[in-house]
Amino acid sequence: MTGPVIAALWSHWRRNPLQLFTLLAGLALATALWSGVQAINAEARASYDAAAATLGEGRYGQLIARDGGVIAQDSYVALRRAGWLVSPVVEGRLQGVRLVGIDPLTAPGGIGPVTLGEGADIGAFLAGRGQVFAHPDAVAALADLDADVIVAPDAAPGTAVTDIGVAQRLLGREGQVSRLIVAPVQPLVQRPLAEVAPELDLRPARGGSDIGRLTDSFHLNLTAFGLLSFAVGIFIVHGAIGLAFEQRRPVVRTLRALGVPLGRLVWLMAAELMGLALVAGLAGVALGYVVAAALLPDVAATLRGLYGADVAGALTLRPVWLVSGIAIALGGTALAAGGALWRMTRMPLLASASPRAMSMAAGRGARLQAVGALGLLALAGALALWGSGLVAGFGLLAALLMGAALALPLVLDRVMALGQGRARGVVAGWFWADTRQQLPGLSLALAALLLAMAANVGVATMVSSFRLTFVGFLDRVLTSELYVYTADADQAALLEEWVTPRVDDVLPLYSVARGIAGLPSELYSARDAATYRENWRFLAAVPQVWDVLAAGEGVLVNEQLARRAGLALGDTVAVAADRALPVAGIYGDYGNPIGQAIVTEPLFRALYPDIAATRFGLRIAPEEVAGVRDALRDDFGLPAANIVDQAAIKAFSLSVFERTFKVTTALNVLTLAVAGFAMLMSLLTLATMRLPQLAPVWALGLTRRALGRYELLRAVLLAVLTAALALPLGLALAWVLLAVVNVAAFGWRLPMFFFPADYARLGLFALLAAGLAALWPALRLARTPPAVLLKVFSNER
Amino acid sequence: MLTVAALTKTYPGPDGPVHVLRGVSLRLAAGETLALTGESGSGKSTLLHLIGGLDAPDGGTITLDGAPVTGLDDRGRAALRRGKVGVVFQQFNLIPSLSVAANIAFQARIAGRHDAVWAQALADRLGLAAHLAKYPEQLSGGQQQRVAIARTLAARPRLVLADEPTGNLDEATADGVLDLMLGLIAETGAGLLLVTHSERLAARMGRRLHLRAGLLA
Amino acid sequence: MNARVFLLCLWPLAAQAQGFAGLGATADGFAVPAPGRVFDFPADHGAHPDYRIEWWYLTANLTGPDGTPYGLQWTLFRSALAPEAGEGWAAPQLWMGHAAVTTPEAHYVAERLARGGIGQAGVTAVPFSAWIDDWALNGIDLDTLRMTAGGAAFAYDMVLSATGPLVFHGDAGYSEKSAEGQASYYYSQPYYQVEGVLTLPEGDVRVSGQGWLDREWSSQPLAEGQSGWDWFSLSFDDGAKLMGFVLRGEGAGYSSATWIAPDGVTTAFADGALVATPLQSAPVAGRDVPVLWRVELPARGVDVTVKAINPGAWMEVSVPYWEGPVTVTGSHGGRGYLEMTGYE
Repeated sequence: MTGPVIAALWSHWRRNPLQLFTLLAGLALATALWSGVQAINAEARASYDAAAATLGEGRYGQLIARDGGVIAQDSYVALRRAGWLVSPVVEGRLQGVRLVGIDPLTAPGGIGPVTLGEGADIGAFLAGRGQVFAHPDAVAALADLDADVIVAPDAAPGTAVTDIGVAQRLLGREGQVSRLIVAPVQPLVQRPLAEVAPELDLRPARGGSDIGRLTDSFHLNLTAFGLLSFAVGIFIVHGAIGLAFEQRRPVVRTLRALGVPLGRLVWLMAAELMGLALVAGLAGVALGYVVAAALLPDVAATLRGLYGADVAGALTLRPVWLVSGIAIALGGTALAAGGALWRMTRMPLLASASPRAMSMAAGRGARLQAVGALGLLALAGALALWGSGLVAGFGLLAALLMGAALALPLVLDRVMALGQGRARGVVAGWFWADTRQQLPGLSLALAALLLAMAANVGVATMVSSFRLTFVGFLDRVLTSELYVYTADADQAALLEEWVTPRVDDVLPLYSVARGIAGLPSELYSARDAATYRENWRFLAAVPQVWDVLAAGEGVLVNEQLARRAGLALGDTVAVAADRALPVAGIYGDYGNPIGQAIVTEPLFRALYPDIAATRFGLRIAPEEVAGVRDALRDDFGLPAANIVDQAAIKAFSLSVFERTFKVTTALNVLTLAVAGFAMLMSLLTLATMRLPQLAPVWALGLTRRALGRYELLRAVLLAVLTAALALPLGLALAWVLLAVVNVAAFGWRLPMFFFPADYARLGLFALLAAGLAALWPALRLARTPPAVLLKVFSNER
Repeated sequence: MLTVAALTKTYPGPDGPVHVLRGVSLRLAAGETLALTGESGSGKSTLLHLIGGLDAPDGGTITLDGAPVTGLDDRGRAALRRGKVGVVFQQFNLIPSLSVAANIAFQARIAGRHDAVWAQALADRLGLAAHLAKYPEQLSGGQQQRVAIARTLAARPRLVLADEPTGNLDEATADGVLDLMLGLIAETGAGLLLVTHSERLAARMGRRLHLRAGLLA
Repeated sequence: MNARVFLLCLWPLAAQAQGFAGLGATADGFAVPAPGRVFDFPADHGAHPDYRIEWWYLTANLTGPDGTPYGLQWTLFRSALAPEAGEGWAAPQLWMGHAAVTTPEAHYVAERLARGGIGQAGVTAVPFSAWIDDWALNGIDLDTLRMTAGGAAFAYDMVLSATGPLVFHGDAGYSEKSAEGQASYYYSQPYYQVEGVLTLPEGDVRVSGQGWLDREWSSQPLAEGQSGWDWFSLSFDDGAKLMGFVLRGEGAGYSSATWIAPDGVTTAFADGALVATPLQSAPVAGRDVPVLWRVELPARGVDVTVKAINPGAWMEVSVPYWEGPVTVTGSHGGRGYLEMTGYE
């Protein structure tokens, strides 16, 4: 019996290849969305890690030549032989690319493309022509290099890394070292630095990695984006499966009437769906991989990844993506099919399939759905008010999204009922009523659209807020054009005297580590300078905060300190043994693990007369930066490594972030496209099912063109309503991500900004997607031969 | 062969329960043909569905060839529909994605009694030989009805249940189809229970019963 | 001695399958050991860059003023990417140093990696000097050496004086490692008197005792099917010494031993003469490693129990292994060192 039943079930797809295609495509797209996000997530992480590794050179202490020049390789060997665990780095520009040469045998962990782990071909790295691991954007410039260039997407942008010997040869700097990285753990016994290499200065590691902390937050948000895409995917799968069942409901009845036992039918259909899900899942993973590869800058390395050559950092088809992608397809299908199959077992053998009965049955379900939606939204509210911790944050996200998705059809139904009540004229009344009747069939696709749009709004808000914050943060941390470090107080005094006439402003940076409000913190000074007044953004501040600060009547604290010590504006904080000041302002200090407080410079110098500033910020007109920089190095004799060019750092950091923003934007478009496709599937299916309903309307005098127009209008109307609901949902989503999840994870809150232009563009995209999805069915309807419509009357009953 | 005793069936309705059958009893011998007439809503389709194992009664018994039909679970009723009973539906209930030939063979196949010669003979006799490769949507209503009849008879059921099998056909076609059906049923020795509200059709059956408000008149 | 050869083979070249030409050189140009070599000292104390791998491997059993036993290891491995000395960063000679101090309670390990071409590590024969970073084994010749090394939590500074002759293993220094003929050049100086200071987290400790230097070089990896080895260097109270190793693999494995009489006269024993049976294992670094052995050399009446002073003497380095001091009881009493590799 099984054979003919399988044949009968399968013949449905054979006769309706479009339906099969939509089912497979829906599943595959959902899977692709998921695995694409996973892949891009992983790559984004890698690229941030690379940036953090390059930017975070402050993780390790360094030895640099006091005169700012190069270090002799012999000094390196002498230091090693004196017990110093240092690793040489040579750095230079080659065809505009930053070429970094390292020694993998001595480099501390995490630096360089090859480590002594398993499988790394260190022999190839050290010997022969040499291997240059270059960021994709640097590969072209290095084409003519006398070394093998390997694409390494996880290298920092504009950077290539190679063995120090190769780098010295390529840069023509044999026997020279730019700086020495000091391993964090040194031997028990070693000779003093002054004895071994008096010409070198030790610059200690800077505590914590600012960028690292900030990127951690971004990673978390990317993970949240992955979850959102998963939710969208599940809805789309659910929609596709639900439609597949709807389409075959009459066949199922017939098969049962002819004596096929229900149990057998259920199992066969479940097996069939799982088979299809497997096929679609595989296709989806492949598609996701292609999408990820297309979105990521470097396709060549990607292909290498596909063909199995394990290039460090290339986008590789990791088994975990494959498995998780297939699991999403199968799990999503099982979830969706489970419900549909359960309904099938409950479906009476003889019930008529009239749309009215369907909508009556739907009415009973609607009450249940309303209760569920309200329950979930209430849960979300409760979590927002009283929840704490990361789990509660993600729980809140889930409850909010599911609740909104469940509530959507009900809200739309109410709107339609309202429209129906207000409608004047027969056609308008029919339009509203007919749209309302179609809601159950479209609700899944609309829910997917709602989630996709909300995710877009939420992620766009989150990402853009993040970016604004980050840029503002960079602006504040790096207000001055140049930062200079001096070796000691004497050199500092000389420098200040020397540089003052040459620049617009000198901002000495005093600091002292001390406990504030019982927490380990640093106290900084700030000169009353226009720079600060212009650039700082406060999370909270008293009026005229800079005047209060300048008068020595207030202290600024960072958000970490304020949150951990429970400080609010006006609370008093001790800044020295015998001095306490009220908090005048709280500022965001992203990435700083410890507390920070700032008082005005005169006060600081009065409180801590023994502390001399050894670091200075220099304000210089942009066109004079290079001149001052050169003068500092050549005339004043400050080592190049003691001068930090803020513009360069900022540009570099931003270029790294820019890449992820672009990827996110592309993903947003993809999500919407997938949701649009779900809508297309639903409309196509409904179109055939609806012929019997439309035929009488046609017969009563509406032209086919008019019917088609109404179909289009209906889709756009529903999309507009959905978009209107998606906007607040998306903003709520962004708020949860920024103000709940981030705080739970990192202890600081990202300020939320609004981007109405972005939302409007998104809304337009959504309308476009819905309109395009409706266009085909509408055109088909407009072109349906009258004979087919007539057949409804002759044939159907 | 078929014994129906004191059958009752009630459906929930918008204005309280509707008693569709209120104690119906009848008998049908092998090879016998019986017409069941009655007005719309008199319960004749329900009776047919209960006998065919498509639905379960609230009270009373049905036995077919000495075996009880009532009390069977879903699986048992499915086996009954496959094995002993053939239903010719008013709406044909063909499988739209299968060809005419596959539709004709379908029930016999799932019953495990497919006989290609017999199926071909039925197709020839019912005038479907030229349409075997077509799909149901390409056939006229009368042709579809004949496919439904062929599908039922191809499985050689002990009892054929037909619900207005010619309801969609004009009189001349209806008569022709009925003639063929009666002839073929006679050859297989099956019993026939035909639901119709056509006096003309009912008159051609061996026996007739009239159902009124859930009771046999 | 032990087939530590293979430690280094595993190290940088894991991916490179090596074929044997079998006629004095490997396919990629490395020399391979052959029987009948006439050693040329002091030159042979230095490096042999045309062989793939080589080491200077010193272990010592020491005692503190309070009688506490200590173990000490100073090892320099050389591994060549190509059979030439070379110069600068591109020189194909890689060096790896391991240093360790073992107490009954603790085990301190450090590792250093370096390239030879820039002077960060290397070995010269006259005057003798083997070094990597600040670790060094220096002397006018091999008879009197100063040995220094250290890590984050320990350091040592020792003086070594030889009181006996060099000892050659196998066939006059040609030591076979498998039935298929894999072999190395292998000699030892097992007669060092050692004195010096251990610097430990608790403070400095004056120690003295005996040291044993192994010199070995080869170009060949383990034979197929050999998975690891257990190597013993035992110094008995009566002045005799025993070096023995068993290469584990399919079947009975491959064993080799050298009996060193108190006067320095050696007898080599071929496969099968030495039997080492693990008696008890201890969990170390997530695996079980035998730390109590029965070692038998019936031809010399040896039937002893070898027990690790500290079962946790795990060398957590690039290629991890177990190496630590042992005590010997049974037919002979004494002290020694045990090395075990290939325990997964």
